Amino acid sequence: MVHFTVEEKAVITSLWGKVNVEEAGGEALGRLLVVYPWTQRFFDNFGNLSSASAIMGNPKVKAHGKKVLTSLGEAIKNMDDLKGTFAHLSELHCDRLHVDPENFKLLGNELVIVLAKYFGKDFTPQVQAAWQKMVAGVAIALAHKYH
Amino acid sequence: MVHFTAEEKSTILSLWGKVNVEEAGGEALGRLLVVYPWTQRFFDNFGNLSSASAIMGNPKVKAHGKKVLTSFGEAVKNMDNLKGAFAKLSELHCDKLHVDPENFKLLGNVMVIILATHFGKEFTPDVQAAWQKLVSGVATALAHKYH
Repeated sequence: MVHFTVEEKAVITSLWGKVNVEEAGGEALGRLLVVYPWTQRFFDNFGNLSSASAIMGNPKVKAHGKKVLTSLGEAIKNMDDLKGTFAHLSELHCDRLHVDPENFKLLGNELVIVLAKYFGKDFTPQVQAAWQKMVAGVAIALAHKYH
Repeated sequence: MVHFTAEEKSTILSLWGKVNVEEAGGEALGRLLVVYPWTQRFFDNFGNLSSASAIMGNPKVKAHGKKVLTSFGEAVKNMDNLKGAFAKLSELHCDKLHVDPENFKLLGNVMVIILATHFGKEFTPDVQAAWQKLVSGVATALAHKYH
């Protein structure tokens, strides 16, 4: 089980408070689809994903990105029990959505990059380290119920 | 062999022209050591790596980071032959330095994050995609001579 220090929790929560979940969610998911194009296969019914600008402007991508990041907000309130928090979503992603859990790490990476882009110098090495630990913990929690 | 389109090459070159190699190199290597602490094992003789600020301020880290990123500049000039460009460095990292090639991917990741912090909005999804392709090509090239 991943353990966060008091300092890491404060760093994560503090940055999270300044994140525009709707905007960042759409951007993280959009970048996932642009940078790792095979992930588009999970979003067949999203309409036009034919170019980077189509993807980034796609309203379904934005809406779903917001949903995904809102769910991450739950993780941040439950950093001591990520596996419990994501148990249902883990089952969903395995049993119904059939998503390769490797993709959770890719999305985690995208989120870190989006945060780096938004926060610039404020995204110090310590802040980055805490967030990379968070996204790795979430990826593990989402893969936990796979069978 | 990884193939870059004319557009990707010009995207990469254009951003590279604005990168302060000394500063970015030190930062990339420093963040690698902070975010993935096990990588410190390759730098035993670098002195004080006891905290994030010690690492980021360490003159040996900065110097070596600059060296690494200068070599990366060679990749940018030889995008059509990354394996050739990195053949000797690949042998060095395998035969003398004994570095697990997984670490090349980690450093590539950190580089993308630094570019995101420095360039903000300019680091668009297309720019990110081109750079992620480059860092992954470099990681593959560096692992190519491993045996």
